[in-house]
Amino acid sequence: MIDREQVLHVARLARLRLSDEEVERMTGELSSILDHIERISALDLDDVRPTSHVVELENVLRADEPRPSLPRDVALAEAPDSDGRGFRVPSPGA
Amino acid sequence: MSAELLELTAAQAAERVRSGEVSAAELFDAWRARAGEDELNAYLWLADEPDCDGEGPLGGVPVAVKDLFCTEGVPSAAGSRILEGYRPPYTATVVKRLNGAGAPMLGKTNMDEFAMGSSNENSGFGPVENPWDRSRVPGGSSGGSAAAVAAGLAPWAIGTDTGGSIRQPAALCGIVGLKPTYGACSRYGMIAFASSLDQAGPLTRDVTDAALLFRHMAGRDACDSTSLGLPEEVALPSAERLDGVRFGVPPELSGEGIEPGVRAVFDDTLARIEELGGQVSEVALPHSNEAISAYYLIAPAEASANLARFDGVRYGARAHNGDLLSLYERTREQGFGAEVKRRILIGTYALSSGYYDAYYGRALKVRTKIADDFRAAFERVDLLVTPTSPTVAFGLGEKSGDPLAMYLSDFCTVPMPLAGIPAISIPGGLSEGLPVGVQLAGPAFSENRILDAAHALEHAIGFDGRPAHV
Repeated sequence: MIDREQVLHVARLARLRLSDEEVERMTGELSSILDHIERISALDLDDVRPTSHVVELENVLRADEPRPSLPRDVALAEAPDSDGRGFRVPSPGA
Repeated sequence: MSAELLELTAAQAAERVRSGEVSAAELFDAWRARAGEDELNAYLWLADEPDCDGEGPLGGVPVAVKDLFCTEGVPSAAGSRILEGYRPPYTATVVKRLNGAGAPMLGKTNMDEFAMGSSNENSGFGPVENPWDRSRVPGGSSGGSAAAVAAGLAPWAIGTDTGGSIRQPAALCGIVGLKPTYGACSRYGMIAFASSLDQAGPLTRDVTDAALLFRHMAGRDACDSTSLGLPEEVALPSAERLDGVRFGVPPELSGEGIEPGVRAVFDDTLARIEELGGQVSEVALPHSNEAISAYYLIAPAEASANLARFDGVRYGARAHNGDLLSLYERTREQGFGAEVKRRILIGTYALSSGYYDAYYGRALKVRTKIADDFRAAFERVDLLVTPTSPTVAFGLGEKSGDPLAMYLSDFCTVPMPLAGIPAISIPGGLSEGLPVGVQLAGPAFSENRILDAAHALEHAIGFDGRPAHV
Protein backbone atom coordinates (compact mmCIF):
# COMPACT_ATOMS: atom_id res chain seq x y z
CA MET A 1 0.00 0.00 0.00
CA ILE A 2 1.06 3.52 -0.70
CA ASP A 3 -1.06 6.56 0.11
CA ARG A 4 -1.54 9.92 -1.55
CA GLU A 5 0.90 11.72 0.74
CA GLN A 6 3.65 9.15 0.04
CA VAL A 7 3.11 9.49 -3.71
CA LEU A 8 3.45 13.26 -3.43
CA HIS A 9 6.58 12.89 -1.27
CA VAL A 10 8.21 10.49 -3.75
CA ALA A 11 7.23 12.72 -6.68
CA ARG A 12 8.96 15.65 -4.98
CA LEU A 13 12.09 13.55 -4.43
CA ALA A 14 12.04 12.63 -8.13
CA ARG A 15 11.43 16.24 -9.25
CA LEU A 16 8.24 15.14 -10.92
CA ARG A 17 5.16 17.35 -10.92
CA LEU A 18 1.92 15.39 -11.01
CA SER A 19 -1.56 16.67 -11.74
CA ASP A 20 -4.30 15.90 -9.20
CA GLU A 21 -5.69 13.32 -11.58
CA GLU A 22 -2.24 11.68 -11.90
CA VAL A 23 -1.78 11.56 -8.11
CA GLU A 24 -5.12 9.81 -7.82
CA ARG A 25 -4.38 7.27 -10.54
CA MET A 26 -0.76 6.60 -9.50
CA THR A 27 -1.80 6.01 -5.88
CA GLY A 28 -4.12 3.21 -6.97
CA GLU A 29 -1.77 1.72 -9.56
CA LEU A 30 1.34 1.84 -7.37
CA SER A 31 -0.58 0.26 -4.50
CA SER A 32 -1.61 -2.75 -6.54
CA ILE A 33 1.91 -3.10 -8.00
CA LEU A 34 3.55 -2.85 -4.57
CA ASP A 35 1.04 -5.31 -3.08
CA HIS A 36 2.19 -7.85 -5.64
CA ILE A 37 5.87 -7.03 -5.19
CA GLU A 38 5.58 -7.49 -1.43
CA ARG A 39 5.44 -11.23 -2.03
CA ILE A 40 9.22 -11.15 -1.62
CA SER A 41 8.83 -10.17 2.04
CA ALA A 42 7.71 -13.77 2.70
CA LEU A 43 11.07 -15.23 1.59
CA ASP A 44 13.80 -16.07 4.08
CA LEU A 45 16.73 -14.07 2.75
CA ASP A 46 18.72 -13.42 5.91
CA ASP A 47 21.92 -15.17 4.86
CA VAL A 48 21.75 -14.28 1.18
CA ARG A 49 24.27 -11.84 -0.23
CA PRO A 50 22.83 -9.17 -2.52
CA THR A 51 23.63 -9.10 -6.26
CA SER A 52 23.82 -5.58 -7.62
CA HIS A 53 25.74 -6.68 -10.68
CA VAL A 54 25.94 -10.06 -12.40
CA VAL A 55 29.46 -9.77 -13.69
CA GLU A 56 32.27 -10.22 -11.20
CA LEU A 57 34.49 -7.36 -12.23
CA GLU A 58 37.70 -6.07 -10.77
CA ASN A 59 38.27 -2.35 -11.15
CA VAL A 60 38.86 -1.52 -14.79
CA LEU A 61 41.74 0.93 -15.01
CA ARG A 62 43.40 2.88 -17.77
CA ALA A 63 46.37 5.19 -17.95
CA ASP A 64 45.56 8.76 -16.90
CA GLU A 65 46.57 10.41 -20.14
CA PRO A 66 45.06 13.61 -21.51
CA ARG A 67 43.14 13.20 -24.76
CA PRO A 68 40.68 15.35 -26.72
CA SER A 69 37.22 15.69 -25.25
CA LEU A 70 33.96 16.96 -26.73
CA PRO A 71 34.48 20.55 -27.93
CA ARG A 72 32.48 23.04 -25.91
CA ASP A 73 30.36 24.27 -28.82
CA VAL A 74 29.37 20.68 -29.67
CA ALA A 75 28.49 19.95 -26.05
CA LEU A 76 26.32 23.07 -25.93
CA ALA A 77 24.72 22.59 -29.34
CA GLU A 78 21.66 20.71 -28.06
CA ALA A 79 21.08 22.88 -25.00
CA PRO A 80 17.63 24.49 -24.70
CA ASP A 81 19.40 27.68 -23.58
CA SER A 82 23.10 28.55 -23.63
CA ASP A 83 25.22 31.69 -23.55
CA GLY A 84 27.92 30.04 -25.66
CA ARG A 85 30.04 29.24 -22.60
CA GLY A 86 27.68 27.24 -20.45
CA PHE A 87 24.11 26.09 -19.92
CA ARG A 88 21.77 28.90 -18.89
CA VAL A 89 19.06 28.24 -16.31
CA PRO A 90 16.76 30.47 -14.26
CA SER A 91 17.88 31.42 -10.78
CA PRO A 92 17.15 28.83 -8.10
CA GLY A 93 15.70 31.56 -5.94
CA ALA A 94 13.58 33.40 -8.51
CA MET B 1 15.25 -7.67 -59.47
CA SER B 2 14.78 -5.55 -56.37
CA ALA B 3 11.65 -7.40 -55.18
CA GLU B 4 13.55 -10.68 -55.32
CA LEU B 5 16.49 -9.11 -53.45
CA LEU B 6 14.21 -8.22 -50.56
CA GLU B 7 13.18 -11.86 -50.17
CA LEU B 8 16.75 -12.93 -49.33
CA THR B 9 17.96 -13.32 -45.79
CA ALA B 10 20.56 -10.74 -44.80
CA ALA B 11 23.35 -13.34 -44.97
CA GLN B 12 22.28 -14.30 -48.52
CA ALA B 13 22.07 -10.65 -49.58
CA ALA B 14 25.55 -9.97 -48.16
CA GLU B 15 26.82 -12.91 -50.24
CA ARG B 16 25.29 -11.46 -53.43
CA VAL B 17 27.05 -8.16 -52.78
CA ARG B 18 30.38 -9.87 -52.08
CA SER B 19 30.11 -11.93 -55.26
CA GLY B 20 29.41 -8.76 -57.24
CA GLU B 21 25.94 -9.78 -58.45
CA VAL B 22 24.46 -6.68 -56.91
CA SER B 23 26.03 -3.51 -55.58
CA ALA B 24 25.74 -2.31 -52.00
CA ALA B 25 24.19 0.92 -53.32
CA GLU B 26 21.47 -0.97 -55.24
CA LEU B 27 20.74 -3.05 -52.16
CA PHE B 28 20.43 0.05 -49.98
CA ASP B 29 18.15 1.78 -52.48
CA ALA B 30 15.87 -1.25 -52.71
CA TRP B 31 15.57 -1.47 -48.92
CA ARG B 32 15.18 2.28 -48.52
CA ALA B 33 12.29 2.29 -50.98
CA ARG B 34 10.67 -0.61 -49.14
CA ALA B 35 11.15 0.97 -45.70
CA GLY B 36 9.50 4.12 -47.05
CA GLU B 37 6.27 2.10 -47.44
CA ASP B 38 6.01 1.63 -43.66
CA GLU B 39 2.36 1.87 -42.60
CA LEU B 40 2.92 0.29 -39.18
CA ASN B 41 4.63 3.31 -37.54
CA ALA B 42 7.68 1.06 -37.17
CA TYR B 43 10.13 3.79 -38.20
CA LEU B 44 10.68 7.18 -36.61
CA TRP B 45 13.39 8.28 -39.06
CA LEU B 46 14.76 6.97 -42.36
CA ALA B 47 18.22 7.49 -43.85
CA ASP B 48 18.37 9.10 -47.29
CA GLU B 49 21.84 7.82 -48.06
CA PRO B 50 23.95 4.90 -46.85
CA ASP B 51 26.44 6.10 -44.22
CA CYS B 52 29.12 3.60 -45.23
CA ASP B 53 30.24 2.05 -48.51
CA GLY B 54 29.20 -1.50 -47.64
CA GLU B 55 32.76 -2.84 -47.71
CA GLY B 56 33.10 -5.61 -45.16
CA PRO B 57 31.61 -8.86 -43.97
CA LEU B 58 28.09 -7.43 -43.67
CA GLY B 59 28.18 -6.61 -47.36
CA GLY B 60 26.19 -3.38 -47.31
CA VAL B 61 23.02 -4.98 -45.94
CA PRO B 62 21.37 -2.05 -44.14
CA VAL B 63 20.29 -2.36 -40.52
CA ALA B 64 17.33 -0.80 -38.71
CA VAL B 65 18.39 0.66 -35.37
CA LYS B 66 16.21 1.05 -32.28
CA ASP B 67 15.75 4.69 -31.35
CA LEU B 68 17.47 3.96 -28.00
CA PHE B 69 20.90 3.99 -29.67
CA CYS B 70 22.60 7.37 -29.98
CA THR B 71 23.53 8.11 -33.59
CA GLU B 72 25.57 11.19 -34.36
CA GLY B 73 23.58 13.97 -35.99
CA VAL B 74 20.51 11.73 -36.34
CA PRO B 75 17.42 12.07 -34.12
CA SER B 76 17.75 9.72 -31.12
CA ALA B 77 14.84 10.19 -28.74
CA ALA B 78 14.47 6.74 -27.10
CA GLY B 79 10.79 7.00 -27.98
CA SER B 80 10.38 9.97 -25.60
CA ARG B 81 8.94 13.45 -26.17
CA ILE B 82 11.50 14.74 -23.66
CA LEU B 83 14.22 14.02 -26.26
CA GLU B 84 12.20 14.90 -29.36
CA GLY B 85 14.56 16.17 -32.06
CA TYR B 86 17.70 15.46 -29.99
CA ARG B 87 20.69 14.82 -32.24
CA PRO B 88 23.55 13.30 -30.23
CA PRO B 89 27.16 14.34 -30.82
CA TYR B 90 28.35 10.72 -30.91
CA THR B 91 27.35 7.23 -32.07
CA ALA B 92 26.80 4.12 -29.93
CA THR B 93 29.67 1.62 -30.12
CA VAL B 94 27.42 -1.19 -31.39
CA VAL B 95 26.12 0.92 -34.30
CA LYS B 96 29.65 2.06 -35.11
CA ARG B 97 30.87 -1.55 -35.17
CA LEU B 98 28.12 -2.64 -37.54
CA ASN B 99 28.87 0.33 -39.72
CA GLY B 100 32.55 -0.56 -39.79
CA ALA B 101 31.64 -4.12 -40.81
CA GLY B 102 29.71 -2.79 -43.80
CA ALA B 103 26.13 -2.34 -42.55
CA PRO B 104 24.75 1.16 -43.18
CA MET B 105 21.91 2.42 -40.99
CA LEU B 106 18.52 2.16 -42.70
CA GLY B 107 16.52 4.05 -40.10
CA LYS B 108 15.60 4.46 -36.44
CA THR B 109 12.79 2.32 -35.10
CA ASN B 110 9.92 3.10 -32.78
CA MET B 111 9.92 1.76 -29.21
CA ASP B 112 8.30 2.07 -25.81
CA GLU B 113 9.52 5.27 -24.17
CA PHE B 114 12.97 4.63 -22.64
CA ALA B 115 12.39 0.90 -23.34
CA MET B 116 9.71 0.68 -20.64
CA GLY B 117 6.92 -1.48 -21.93
CA SER B 118 5.84 -4.78 -23.44
CA SER B 119 3.52 -3.50 -26.17
CA ASN B 120 5.07 -0.42 -27.76
CA GLU B 121 1.98 1.51 -26.66
CA ASN B 122 4.19 3.61 -24.38
CA SER B 123 5.99 5.29 -27.28
CA GLY B 124 5.81 9.07 -27.24
CA PHE B 125 5.34 8.84 -31.01
CA GLY B 126 2.36 6.51 -31.25
CA PRO B 127 2.05 2.73 -31.08
CA VAL B 128 3.41 0.30 -33.68
CA GLU B 129 1.02 -2.15 -35.34
CA ASN B 130 1.76 -5.87 -35.58
CA PRO B 131 2.11 -6.90 -39.26
CA TRP B 132 0.30 -10.18 -38.55
CA ASP B 133 -2.80 -8.33 -37.37
CA ARG B 134 -2.76 -4.57 -37.39
CA SER B 135 -5.22 -4.33 -34.51
CA ARG B 136 -2.65 -6.01 -32.26
CA VAL B 137 0.56 -4.91 -30.54
CA PRO B 138 4.00 -5.95 -31.87
CA GLY B 139 5.30 -6.40 -28.33
CA GLY B 140 7.92 -4.22 -26.75
CA SER B 141 9.98 -2.44 -26.10
CA SER B 142 11.83 -3.14 -29.38
CA GLY B 143 8.45 -3.26 -31.18
CA GLY B 144 9.45 -1.10 -34.13
CA SER B 145 12.53 -3.22 -34.85
CA ALA B 146 10.52 -6.46 -34.61
CA ALA B 147 7.62 -5.22 -36.73
CA ALA B 148 9.98 -3.81 -39.40
CA VAL B 149 11.78 -7.15 -39.80
CA ALA B 150 8.57 -9.22 -39.68
CA ALA B 151 6.86 -7.01 -42.27
CA GLY B 152 9.87 -7.09 -44.60
CA LEU B 153 10.52 -3.37 -44.07
CA ALA B 154 14.10 -4.13 -42.95
CA PRO B 155 16.44 -7.04 -43.61
CA TRP B 156 17.47 -7.08 -39.96
CA ALA B 157 17.47 -4.83 -36.94
CA ILE B 158 19.03 -4.24 -33.57
CA GLY B 159 17.24 -3.70 -30.29
CA THR B 160 17.87 -3.81 -26.57
CA ASP B 161 16.62 -6.19 -23.90
CA THR B 162 16.28 -5.33 -20.21
CA GLY B 163 13.48 -7.71 -19.15
CA GLY B 164 12.52 -9.22 -22.51
CA SER B 165 12.48 -6.24 -24.88
CA ILE B 166 14.14 -8.16 -27.74
CA ARG B 167 12.74 -11.65 -27.16
CA GLN B 168 9.08 -10.82 -26.52
CA PRO B 169 8.52 -8.60 -29.59
CA ALA B 170 10.45 -11.14 -31.69
CA ALA B 171 8.03 -13.81 -30.42
CA LEU B 172 4.92 -11.72 -31.05
CA CYS B 173 6.07 -10.83 -34.58
CA GLY B 174 7.31 -14.29 -35.60
CA ILE B 175 11.02 -13.54 -35.95
CA VAL B 176 14.30 -14.38 -34.17
CA GLY B 177 15.59 -12.24 -31.29
CA LEU B 178 18.77 -12.81 -29.25
CA LYS B 179 19.52 -11.28 -25.86
CA PRO B 180 23.26 -11.83 -25.35
CA THR B 181 25.11 -12.40 -22.09
CA TYR B 182 25.39 -9.20 -20.04
CA GLY B 183 28.63 -7.55 -21.08
CA ALA B 184 28.88 -9.21 -24.52
CA CYS B 185 27.99 -5.96 -26.29
CA SER B 186 29.02 -2.47 -25.27
CA ARG B 187 26.31 -0.29 -23.74
CA TYR B 188 28.16 2.90 -24.73
CA GLY B 189 25.69 5.16 -26.50
CA MET B 190 22.63 3.19 -25.44
CA ILE B 191 20.34 5.60 -23.61
CA ALA B 192 20.34 3.93 -20.20
CA PHE B 193 17.23 2.35 -18.69
CA ALA B 194 18.53 -0.18 -16.10
CA SER B 195 22.29 -0.34 -16.39
CA SER B 196 22.82 -3.71 -14.69
CA LEU B 197 20.33 -5.39 -17.05
CA ASP B 198 20.41 -3.55 -20.43
CA GLN B 199 21.95 -5.47 -23.32
CA ALA B 200 21.88 -4.93 -27.10
CA GLY B 201 21.10 -7.74 -29.52
CA PRO B 202 19.87 -8.66 -33.01
CA LEU B 203 16.30 -9.10 -34.35
CA THR B 204 16.39 -11.09 -37.57
CA ARG B 205 14.49 -13.33 -39.97
CA ASP B 206 16.49 -16.41 -39.10
CA VAL B 207 19.07 -17.77 -36.68
CA THR B 208 21.99 -17.50 -39.12
CA ASP B 209 21.32 -13.78 -39.56
CA ALA B 210 21.17 -13.38 -35.76
CA ALA B 211 24.59 -15.02 -35.42
CA LEU B 212 26.09 -12.92 -38.21
CA LEU B 213 24.79 -9.63 -36.85
CA PHE B 214 25.69 -10.51 -33.24
CA ARG B 215 29.23 -11.43 -34.30
CA HIS B 216 29.77 -7.85 -35.41
CA MET B 217 28.04 -6.24 -32.42
CA ALA B 218 29.90 -8.02 -29.63
CA GLY B 219 33.27 -7.14 -28.20
CA ARG B 220 35.03 -5.37 -25.40
CA ASP B 221 34.87 -1.59 -25.50
CA ALA B 222 37.04 0.82 -23.52
CA CYS B 223 34.02 3.15 -23.30
CA ASP B 224 31.98 0.59 -21.29
CA SER B 225 33.92 -0.85 -18.37
CA THR B 226 31.28 -3.56 -17.90
CA SER B 227 31.74 -4.87 -21.44
CA LEU B 228 33.68 -8.12 -21.55
CA GLY B 229 33.81 -9.33 -25.10
CA LEU B 230 33.28 -13.00 -25.80
CA PRO B 231 35.61 -15.86 -24.88
CA GLU B 232 35.24 -17.31 -28.39
CA GLU B 233 34.24 -15.92 -31.77
CA VAL B 234 30.57 -16.16 -32.71
CA ALA B 235 30.29 -19.11 -35.07
CA LEU B 236 27.71 -19.26 -37.85
CA PRO B 237 25.40 -22.09 -36.75
CA SER B 238 25.33 -25.31 -38.74
CA ALA B 239 23.74 -27.97 -36.49
CA GLU B 240 20.85 -29.97 -37.93
CA ARG B 241 20.59 -32.45 -35.02
CA LEU B 242 20.37 -32.16 -31.24
CA ASP B 243 21.85 -35.54 -30.33
CA GLY B 244 22.91 -35.65 -26.71
CA VAL B 245 21.86 -32.06 -25.95
CA ARG B 246 20.05 -31.92 -22.61
CA PHE B 247 17.06 -29.54 -22.48
CA GLY B 248 15.43 -28.55 -19.20
CA VAL B 249 11.81 -27.41 -18.99
CA PRO B 250 11.16 -25.23 -15.93
CA PRO B 251 7.53 -25.85 -14.88
CA GLU B 252 7.40 -22.36 -13.32
CA LEU B 253 7.82 -20.77 -16.77
CA SER B 254 5.83 -23.20 -18.88
CA GLY B 255 2.76 -24.23 -16.87
CA GLU B 256 0.39 -21.92 -15.07
CA GLY B 257 -0.39 -18.70 -16.92
CA ILE B 258 0.54 -20.00 -20.38
CA GLU B 259 -2.48 -19.86 -22.70
CA PRO B 260 -3.47 -23.21 -24.27
CA GLY B 261 -2.56 -22.28 -27.87
CA VAL B 262 0.95 -21.26 -26.79
CA ARG B 263 1.31 -24.40 -24.69
CA ALA B 264 0.30 -26.55 -27.69
CA VAL B 265 3.04 -25.02 -29.87
CA PHE B 266 5.48 -25.40 -26.99
CA ASP B 267 4.59 -29.11 -26.60
CA ASP B 268 5.10 -29.60 -30.35
CA THR B 269 8.52 -27.99 -29.98
CA LEU B 270 9.49 -30.36 -27.16
CA ALA B 271 8.45 -33.31 -29.35
CA ARG B 272 10.54 -31.86 -32.18
CA ILE B 273 13.56 -31.57 -29.86
CA GLU B 274 13.26 -35.28 -29.02
CA GLU B 275 12.86 -36.20 -32.70
CA LEU B 276 16.18 -34.42 -33.34
CA GLY B 277 17.90 -36.48 -30.65
CA GLY B 278 17.70 -34.02 -27.76
CA GLN B 279 16.76 -35.08 -24.24
CA VAL B 280 13.97 -33.24 -22.45
CA SER B 281 13.52 -33.27 -18.68
CA GLU B 282 11.90 -31.08 -16.07
CA VAL B 283 14.18 -28.81 -14.06
CA ALA B 284 12.98 -26.43 -11.37
CA LEU B 285 13.71 -22.72 -11.08
CA PRO B 286 12.08 -22.30 -7.65
CA HIS B 287 12.59 -18.54 -7.32
CA SER B 288 11.47 -17.57 -10.79
CA ASN B 289 8.00 -16.84 -9.42
CA GLU B 290 9.59 -13.95 -7.54
CA ALA B 291 11.50 -12.67 -10.58
CA ILE B 292 8.77 -10.21 -11.59
CA SER B 293 8.86 -8.66 -8.11
CA ALA B 294 12.63 -8.38 -8.08
CA TYR B 295 12.70 -7.05 -11.64
CA TYR B 296 10.03 -4.42 -11.05
CA LEU B 297 12.03 -3.08 -8.11
CA ILE B 298 15.56 -3.26 -9.54
CA ALA B 299 14.80 -1.95 -13.02
CA PRO B 300 12.71 1.06 -11.82
CA ALA B 301 15.28 1.81 -9.09
CA GLU B 302 18.08 2.00 -11.66
CA ALA B 303 15.80 3.88 -14.06
CA SER B 304 14.90 6.50 -11.47
CA ALA B 305 18.61 7.29 -11.14
CA ASN B 306 19.39 7.09 -14.87
CA LEU B 307 16.46 9.31 -15.85
CA ALA B 308 17.44 12.04 -13.40
CA ARG B 309 19.58 13.47 -16.21
CA PHE B 310 16.51 14.49 -18.20
CA ASP B 311 15.92 17.80 -16.48
CA GLY B 312 15.70 20.35 -19.28
CA VAL B 313 19.21 21.77 -18.76
CA ARG B 314 21.64 20.21 -21.23
CA TYR B 315 19.50 18.74 -24.01
CA GLY B 316 15.95 17.96 -24.98
CA ALA B 317 12.76 19.74 -24.14
CA ARG B 318 12.43 22.46 -21.48
CA ALA B 319 9.41 23.92 -19.71
CA HIS B 320 9.32 26.19 -16.67
CA ASN B 321 7.44 28.69 -14.68
CA GLY B 322 10.10 31.06 -13.40
CA ASP B 323 12.53 29.29 -11.10
CA LEU B 324 14.93 26.37 -11.44
CA LEU B 325 12.85 23.89 -9.43
CA SER B 326 9.85 24.48 -11.68
CA LEU B 327 12.14 23.97 -14.69
CA TYR B 328 13.03 20.47 -13.49
CA GLU B 329 9.52 19.57 -12.42
CA ARG B 330 7.60 20.94 -15.39
CA THR B 331 10.08 19.65 -17.98
CA ARG B 332 9.71 16.16 -16.53
CA GLU B 333 5.94 16.48 -16.08
CA GLN B 334 5.46 17.40 -19.73
CA GLY B 335 8.24 15.33 -21.27
CA PHE B 336 7.66 11.91 -19.68
CA GLY B 337 4.73 9.61 -20.42
CA ALA B 338 2.64 7.82 -17.80
CA GLU B 339 4.62 4.55 -17.71
CA VAL B 340 7.94 6.36 -17.28
CA LYS B 341 6.49 8.42 -14.43
CA ARG B 342 5.11 5.27 -12.84
CA ARG B 343 8.51 3.58 -12.90
CA ILE B 344 10.35 6.64 -11.65
CA LEU B 345 7.94 6.76 -8.71
CA ILE B 346 8.29 3.03 -7.92
CA GLY B 347 12.07 3.24 -8.20
CA THR B 348 12.38 6.37 -6.10
CA TYR B 349 10.09 4.84 -3.48
CA ALA B 350 12.09 1.57 -3.41
CA LEU B 351 15.31 3.53 -2.87
CA SER B 352 13.93 6.06 -0.41
CA SER B 353 14.86 6.26 3.22
CA GLY B 354 12.92 3.75 5.31
CA TYR B 355 12.01 1.50 2.37
CA TYR B 356 15.42 0.69 0.89
CA ASP B 357 16.04 -2.50 2.90
CA ALA B 358 12.50 -3.83 2.52
CA TYR B 359 12.34 -3.28 -1.23
CA TYR B 360 15.57 -2.66 -3.14
CA GLY B 361 17.79 -4.53 -0.66
CA ARG B 362 15.55 -7.61 -0.69
CA ALA B 363 15.21 -7.50 -4.46
CA LEU B 364 19.00 -7.75 -4.80
CA LYS B 365 18.95 -10.86 -2.60
CA VAL B 366 16.18 -12.43 -4.66
CA ARG B 367 18.39 -11.73 -7.67
CA THR B 368 21.11 -13.86 -6.07
CA LYS B 369 18.61 -16.70 -5.54
CA ILE B 370 17.49 -16.52 -9.17
CA ALA B 371 21.08 -16.66 -10.43
CA ASP B 372 21.73 -19.61 -8.07
CA ASP B 373 18.67 -21.43 -9.49
CA PHE B 374 20.07 -21.07 -13.02
CA ARG B 375 23.52 -22.24 -11.92
CA ALA B 376 22.01 -25.35 -10.36
CA ALA B 377 19.88 -26.02 -13.44
CA PHE B 378 22.85 -25.78 -15.79
CA GLU B 379 24.64 -28.47 -13.79
CA ARG B 380 21.93 -30.84 -14.98
CA VAL B 381 21.03 -29.55 -18.46
CA ASP B 382 22.75 -27.73 -21.31
CA LEU B 383 19.88 -25.41 -22.20
CA LEU B 384 16.53 -24.37 -20.79
CA VAL B 385 13.48 -24.18 -23.04
CA THR B 386 10.33 -22.18 -22.29
CA PRO B 387 7.63 -20.26 -24.13
CA THR B 388 8.83 -16.67 -24.71
CA SER B 389 5.48 -15.05 -23.98
CA PRO B 390 2.47 -16.55 -22.21
CA THR B 391 0.16 -15.26 -24.94
CA VAL B 392 0.19 -14.40 -28.62
CA ALA B 393 0.09 -10.71 -29.57
CA PHE B 394 -2.75 -9.00 -27.70
CA GLY B 395 -5.01 -6.24 -28.95
CA LEU B 396 -3.94 -2.59 -28.98
CA GLY B 397 -5.47 -1.05 -25.85
CA GLU B 398 -6.33 -4.42 -24.33
CA LYS B 399 -3.86 -4.24 -21.42
CA SER B 400 -2.76 -0.61 -21.43
CA GLY B 401 -5.19 0.28 -18.61
CA ASP B 402 -3.75 -2.31 -16.23
CA PRO B 403 -0.02 -1.83 -15.66
CA LEU B 404 0.30 -4.74 -13.23
CA ALA B 405 -1.23 -7.19 -15.74
CA MET B 406 1.24 -5.89 -18.34
CA TYR B 407 4.17 -6.44 -15.94
CA LEU B 408 3.04 -9.96 -15.05
CA SER B 409 3.01 -10.95 -18.73
CA ASP B 410 6.84 -10.66 -18.71
CA PHE B 411 7.36 -13.64 -16.41
CA CYS B 412 9.03 -15.90 -19.01
CA THR B 413 11.68 -13.34 -19.97
CA VAL B 414 12.70 -11.39 -16.82
CA PRO B 415 14.61 -14.14 -14.97
CA MET B 416 17.42 -14.35 -17.57
CA PRO B 417 18.62 -10.72 -17.49
CA LEU B 418 18.50 -10.80 -13.68
CA ALA B 419 21.09 -13.59 -13.93
CA GLY B 420 22.88 -11.97 -16.90
CA ILE B 421 22.52 -15.08 -19.06
CA PRO B 422 21.80 -15.24 -22.82
CA ALA B 423 18.52 -16.36 -24.38
CA ILE B 424 17.03 -16.49 -27.85
CA SER B 425 13.43 -16.51 -29.07
CA ILE B 426 12.61 -18.32 -32.31
CA PRO B 427 9.21 -18.82 -33.91
CA GLY B 428 7.71 -22.17 -32.91
CA GLY B 429 4.50 -22.04 -34.93
CA LEU B 430 1.14 -20.32 -35.01
CA SER B 431 -1.80 -20.16 -32.62
CA GLU B 432 -4.99 -18.50 -33.90
CA GLY B 433 -2.96 -17.43 -36.93
CA LEU B 434 -0.47 -15.53 -34.76
CA PRO B 435 3.18 -16.40 -34.07
CA VAL B 436 4.28 -18.18 -30.89
CA GLY B 437 7.86 -17.81 -29.68
CA VAL B 438 10.01 -20.50 -28.09
CA GLN B 439 12.86 -19.41 -25.84
CA LEU B 440 16.20 -21.18 -25.37
CA ALA B 441 18.45 -20.00 -22.54
CA GLY B 442 21.95 -21.10 -21.59
CA PRO B 443 24.75 -20.24 -19.16
CA ALA B 444 26.74 -17.02 -19.55
CA PHE B 445 28.65 -16.91 -22.86
CA SER B 446 26.94 -20.00 -24.29
CA GLU B 447 25.70 -18.05 -27.32
CA ASN B 448 27.28 -20.48 -29.80
CA ARG B 449 25.54 -23.41 -28.12
CA ILE B 450 22.21 -21.54 -28.10
CA LEU B 451 22.54 -20.47 -31.75
CA ASP B 452 23.44 -23.98 -32.88
CA ALA B 453 20.46 -25.55 -31.09
CA ALA B 454 18.15 -22.80 -32.34
CA HIS B 455 19.40 -23.42 -35.89
CA ALA B 456 18.63 -27.15 -35.73
CA LEU B 457 15.22 -26.47 -34.25
CA GLU B 458 14.44 -23.72 -36.76
CA HIS B 459 15.09 -26.07 -39.66
CA ALA B 460 12.95 -28.82 -38.14
CA ILE B 461 10.08 -26.41 -37.46
CA GLY B 462 10.22 -24.81 -40.91
CA PHE B 463 8.26 -21.74 -39.82
CA ASP B 464 6.96 -19.60 -42.70
CA GLY B 465 8.01 -16.20 -41.47
CA ARG B 466 5.85 -14.00 -43.63
CA PRO B 467 2.54 -12.59 -42.37
CA ALA B 468 -0.17 -13.67 -44.80
CA HIS B 469 -1.14 -10.23 -46.11
CA VAL B 470 2.32 -8.64 -46.38
